[in-house]
Amino acid sequence: MQRGADPVSAARGEALWRRAVVGIPYFWLLVFFAIPFVIILRISFADPIIGAPPFTPLYDAEEGIYATGDNYRFLAEDDLYWVSYLKSIRIALVSTLLCLLLGYPMAYGIARARSTTRNLLLLLVILPFWTSFLLRVYAWMGMLSNQGVINKALMGLGLTDGPVQFLYTDFAVYLGIVYSYLPFMILPLYATLEGLDENLMDAAADLGGRPRQVFFDITVPMSAPGILAGSLLVFIPSLGEFVIPSLLGGLETLMIGKTLFDEFFVNRDWPLASAVATVLVLILILPIVLFQRYSATAERLNRQ
Amino acid sequence: MQTDSISLARPDMQPVPNSRSTGLDLRPMKPRSTFVLSCLFFGFAFLYIPILTMIAWSFNDSRLMSVWTGFSFRWYAALWENEQVIDALLLSLRIAFVSATFATVLGTLAALAMTRMGRFRGRTAFSGMLAAPLVMPEVITGLSLLMLFVSLQVLIGWPAGRGADTIAIAHITFGMAYVAVVVQSRLAAMDRSLEEAAMDLGGRPMAVTLDITLPLIAPAMLSGWLLAFTLSLDDLVIASFVSGPESSTLPMVIYSKVKLGITPDINALAAIIVGIVGTGVAIAGWLMVRTARRQAPARR
Amino acid sequence: MNEGGREQTARPWEDPQAQPFIRIENLRKEFDGFPAVDGVSLEIYQGELFAILGGSGCGKSTLLRLLAGFETPTAGRIFIDGADMAGLPPYERPTNMMFQSYAVFPHYSVAENVAYGLKKEGLDKAEVNARVEELLELVQLGDFARRKPRQLSGGQQQRVALARALVKRPKVLLLDEPLAALDKNLRERTQFELMNIQDRLGITFIVVTHDQDEAMTLASRIAVMEAGKFLQTGTPSEVYEYPNCRFVADFFGTINLFRGHPETCAPGRVRCEETGTMILVDPDAGHDEAAGGLTVAVRPEKIRLSREPSTQDGHTVMHGKVEDLAYYGNYSVYRIRTDSGKLIQVSSQNAGRSAELTLEWEDQVYLSWPRECSVVLTR
Repeated sequence: MQRGADPVSAARGEALWRRAVVGIPYFWLLVFFAIPFVIILRISFADPIIGAPPFTPLYDAEEGIYATGDNYRFLAEDDLYWVSYLKSIRIALVSTLLCLLLGYPMAYGIARARSTTRNLLLLLVILPFWTSFLLRVYAWMGMLSNQGVINKALMGLGLTDGPVQFLYTDFAVYLGIVYSYLPFMILPLYATLEGLDENLMDAAADLGGRPRQVFFDITVPMSAPGILAGSLLVFIPSLGEFVIPSLLGGLETLMIGKTLFDEFFVNRDWPLASAVATVLVLILILPIVLFQRYSATAERLNRQ
Repeated sequence: MQTDSISLARPDMQPVPNSRSTGLDLRPMKPRSTFVLSCLFFGFAFLYIPILTMIAWSFNDSRLMSVWTGFSFRWYAALWENEQVIDALLLSLRIAFVSATFATVLGTLAALAMTRMGRFRGRTAFSGMLAAPLVMPEVITGLSLLMLFVSLQVLIGWPAGRGADTIAIAHITFGMAYVAVVVQSRLAAMDRSLEEAAMDLGGRPMAVTLDITLPLIAPAMLSGWLLAFTLSLDDLVIASFVSGPESSTLPMVIYSKVKLGITPDINALAAIIVGIVGTGVAIAGWLMVRTARRQAPARR
Repeated sequence: MNEGGREQTARPWEDPQAQPFIRIENLRKEFDGFPAVDGVSLEIYQGELFAILGGSGCGKSTLLRLLAGFETPTAGRIFIDGADMAGLPPYERPTNMMFQSYAVFPHYSVAENVAYGLKKEGLDKAEVNARVEELLELVQLGDFARRKPRQLSGGQQQRVALARALVKRPKVLLLDEPLAALDKNLRERTQFELMNIQDRLGITFIVVTHDQDEAMTLASRIAVMEAGKFLQTGTPSEVYEYPNCRFVADFFGTINLFRGHPETCAPGRVRCEETGTMILVDPDAGHDEAAGGLTVAVRPEKIRLSREPSTQDGHTVMHGKVEDLAYYGNYSVYRIRTDSGKLIQVSSQNAGRSAELTLEWEDQVYLSWPRECSVVLTR
């Protein structure tokens, strides 16, 4: 028979174990991930005051719940926020596309390499991921500055007379985002490309498909899950990116992450910052749900 | 995976149903277009030139990153003497160690819940909360956690202030999501029959998890821990929101320095970090290749 | 296109006038210096159903991939219908392939899969549709045109792959282990279907398989491949009845092998090393080449069992007792231990209701077989 002496208490122990495995992480995520969203939603309807905390109480026993739509009205009326949101979306979209255009052939090349070369190349893709994000962005400050390597090279080649202003421009921000998020694009793309049945490509070639046709008829549609996952992994975080626009961008590079950060730390308007964050979450809901459906499918497929 | 190439010399007549034919296993690299090759070349140059340039400048004697005046370790010495940097580094290491450890425990539990607990109430919401921190912009996570801490302080008096503890809690939350992804994929790939055999031999679920599952997913837990550790060490935005006036982590110190422009001792710091990580990854990669080679003949 | 081609010359390889349709000359393919196909030459005639048989890793799949154009040969040439295939990519070759894994495009419907190759030829829509429909009828998938591959069974997916390859009207259809992934019942049915289709369309089929039964029943001729080389090429009965080496003999079904040395003074007699007795063989068989000894191979069904020693002329006789017997309904298999200790397998048809000879375990029996059933192998 079973090892446990007392089957009743053993069964109770198992039920407890099951409850703990699910319950502990569930509780943690609920308190430290889900509830905070409810709180910023609530604070976005409060007024800023001078004090600690610097907003009107969320709930008052005497006066009940106080709510104001002022923050959202302000968001809608002030061009700064509109421009920030739209520019963030544009920068994130274009950067995602650039990552895809550079990352796809790279992932394809890695997936088609011999296994030893492939492992080495993969390692090279992952390696930057383990080094400091901040320092990698900082590295571009050195590269792009007026006395930086790139300007020196351009002037050395006689392409320009004086230094070109690269740093503190939109260009630098695009560059920084593509640079920082490229591995996030390559890895899921590689995973789907590597898993593709090569017989499918051979079959298409056998049936008369030329290499380019085979690529667009078979390879691209079959790697759609990787394209989607990679694009979302680049698009979502870069939409709210703060470090890159802050270090590489100029005054006109208004990205919503930076605007929110400034609203919070410089203007100390917590309710307005909360409203900015709430709207950003609303924008991101669709891509995040897409991403989750993708991971759910991937998980299901994994289990089969 | 593709370790089958030895089978070419195998004389036995056993069919290998549904497997790729042996000719495929041996197939050398397909001829690739120059376009793909140049993308690979350009892409890796793009990824590595800035880092390598930064490392090179860290040995420059001059303060300027434009003229090479001679080889020197002076910025390394300057870094060593910079108490602010050293203090911040120690604080960051402490937070990273604690948060990575908790994140590994919670993330492993979460992965077990997702893969080994069947259906439970709120599973969809749970998987959503587990995946979202991976992509959620840091400004949102940081701001919302700060609002939570402030509200909790008003309501129940905890946390009394903000500092290393609150940073650690924030880091545990996103760290566990990464650990869960890593461990979950290992659990999904694992042969279920091992656990089923243990249960068949009389092991109850909890004992089976501790005796069989955990040892088998230990490597994944370790890489999850390392990932959480690095991410914690690297985080600027969330820590900026939830830290107190007394607690500046290393990224916060670096940020405040580089915000003002290029400083050569940060180059030295970057060179050290890249050196440590590069060595670590190289060793890990070498170990992986070696174990893969060793296991290759055993498999099939 | 070549209706009734088979009737005209049933055995074109024996006709000195016949022109081979596919000619492979000294074909060689190395991977990292290792020869997967090691100097292979072969002639295949129009309308043949040719099987390349061998174990995994013998190079048969590589040979097929060389024919299809997925691999470029290290040396040697391939001609199909007189045209040199050198440098022709897969999409320009008159061959089509049915993959072992079927390689049905999962994101296309059945009809789209079949239409793919025709669209690449640039045919107009009406003709594409007509031919797709025709082929789907041929493989009995007319009602499944709009289904996606994942909604089909393995056997149905295979028929999609077949239709997809045939719709291009290839000069040669290459089939990689066409029956390997099917269960037993389906195998037999598909086998006959394939033969039927081949007969109707007159397309030359080249089948690669590891399964000797598949090769024997399907093929007009078989080439047995091992370590990148052809050991023997011939009709199914030739390779079965007259194997030219131990490997081929062993590959097809069961065979009893006796090591021995020819008696120099008496041609047609081989002294068996293991039993010490004489085995009678064809005196014209090449003895003298085999200075280091030879092997005599005898199929189990050629051996007759009897209570009394056979007195027929030219029969080899041995004595032993029944160690094992197994009844299979239409036939029985006996394992006889000779007096010298060698195990010999014998199978006999159970033709009559009650066999003329009922044997039990430990029964003493005589074995005998005629001289012409002893196959002398020197390799």
